[in-house]
Amino acid sequence: MAEGGAPYTTPDDLRTTLEEAGVFRTTAVDGVYHRSWDWERVLRGVEQHVMGKRVATDAPRRWFPPVMPREEFLKTDYLRSFPDLVGSIDVFDGTDKEHRALLAVLEDGGDWTSHLTPGEVVLPSSVCHPLYGTLPTDVPEDGLDEECSGWSFRHEPSLDPARMQMFRIYEYVRIGTPAQALAHRDEWLDRGLAALGELGLPVRSEAANDPFFGRVGKMLAANQLESSLKYEMVVDLTDVRPTAIGSSNYHEDHFGDTFGLHLADGTPAHSSCIGFGLDRITLALFAVHGVDVAGWPAEVRSALQC
Amino acid sequence: MSSTVTDSIRALLAEHARLGVDVASLSDTDDLYTAGMTSHASVTVMLACEDEWDVEFPQQMLKKSTFASIANIRAALAELEVEGASA
Repeated sequence: MAEGGAPYTTPDDLRTTLEEAGVFRTTAVDGVYHRSWDWERVLRGVEQHVMGKRVATDAPRRWFPPVMPREEFLKTDYLRSFPDLVGSIDVFDGTDKEHRALLAVLEDGGDWTSHLTPGEVVLPSSVCHPLYGTLPTDVPEDGLDEECSGWSFRHEPSLDPARMQMFRIYEYVRIGTPAQALAHRDEWLDRGLAALGELGLPVRSEAANDPFFGRVGKMLAANQLESSLKYEMVVDLTDVRPTAIGSSNYHEDHFGDTFGLHLADGTPAHSSCIGFGLDRITLALFAVHGVDVAGWPAEVRSALQC
Repeated sequence: MSSTVTDSIRALLAEHARLGVDVASLSDTDDLYTAGMTSHASVTVMLACEDEWDVEFPQQMLKKSTFASIANIRAALAELEVEGASA
C-alpha cells in the first residue's frame, strides 16, 4: 500500500483478498455474496454505531423486510428513472395442469418463468421507499423524523465487491418544509462524516448524481449535480475510483408529490435522507483495517463493540 | 409571431412546471427554479416542449440552464429552428 493511497489497486484485488480470507464467499451470480459471521458482527456494530448518532430521539425506528408492496413501489417513480435496476417478483399462481405445463417447459430447457405472474411485492430499490406510503399525509408543522433499516436490491451485476446486488442501508429521513429537509441533509452530512471518521475511515464528501436511465436521466443527473441535491461520503478503497459508503440526498418534493404528503398550506412536503451503506462501510473497514478483525485498532473495535 | 411561442411555453409551464406562483406573474427572464420548479418538473417541461413542437433536444441542451426561464426555453427552441421562436 502506497503512503496515503488506496489499500488496493483494483476491485478484483480487494474481492480476491476477502474471498481467500473467508470474509465472504462469491456465488454463481456476480454481485451476490454470502457473508461470514465476521462480516455480520462488524456490520451489526456499524449499525449500532450509526444508530448512536441519532438526534431526534423520538423518531420511530423500523426494520423493513426485503420486499415491499408493488403499488407503493410504483409511487416512488423509480421505474421512470431507473428501469434497469428494478427487481420485480414473479409467483406461480396456477392449477395442477398449469404446473405440469411449467415443468414440461422446464424439462425442454424453455422459459418456465412465462408461467409465472407478477406478485404483489417487489424488491425495494432503496431503504426509505417502503416508508413514505405509511406516513400521515398531513405533515405536521415540525416535520417528521423517521429511521429505517433494511435491504435494497439493484440489478447491476458486477465483480466489484462494492457493487453488490443486494445490500443494507440505515437511513435517517426527514419530511417537512424545504428548509427543514435541506437542514437535515446538511447537518447529517457533517454528522455522518464524523461518525465514519471515528471508525478510522479516511472519508470525504463529494457532490454526486444518481445513475438515472436514458436521455431524460442524463438531464436529471445533470440537474442533480448542478443543484447539489446529493452528496456522497466516499473513501478510496482501490486506485480505480472512490467508493461511496453513504450519501445524503435532498429529494425536493418528489416523494411528497407522488405519495400525497403535504404541508399545512397544501403544497407537497419536501424530504431528505442520509443513508449509511452498512455493507459498503463493512467492506471499507475490511479493506482499510485488514481481514483480521482482532488486529484492528482498539478504538475502532471499541466503537463497533466487536 | 414570437409571442405565440412564448404563450405556448407559458401554457406548458402552467400545466407541467408545478410552480409555486402563477406563471402570469413571471417575466420572461424570471428564474423558474427560484419560482419553485423542481428537477423532475423541469424534465416534464422538457418532454412537453418536445411533444408540442415535435423536436428532440440534443444532449448538450439537456441541462438545468436550458429550462431556467421562459426566454431560455424560447432561445433553445430557436436553436432547434422552431418557427416563431427567434426573437
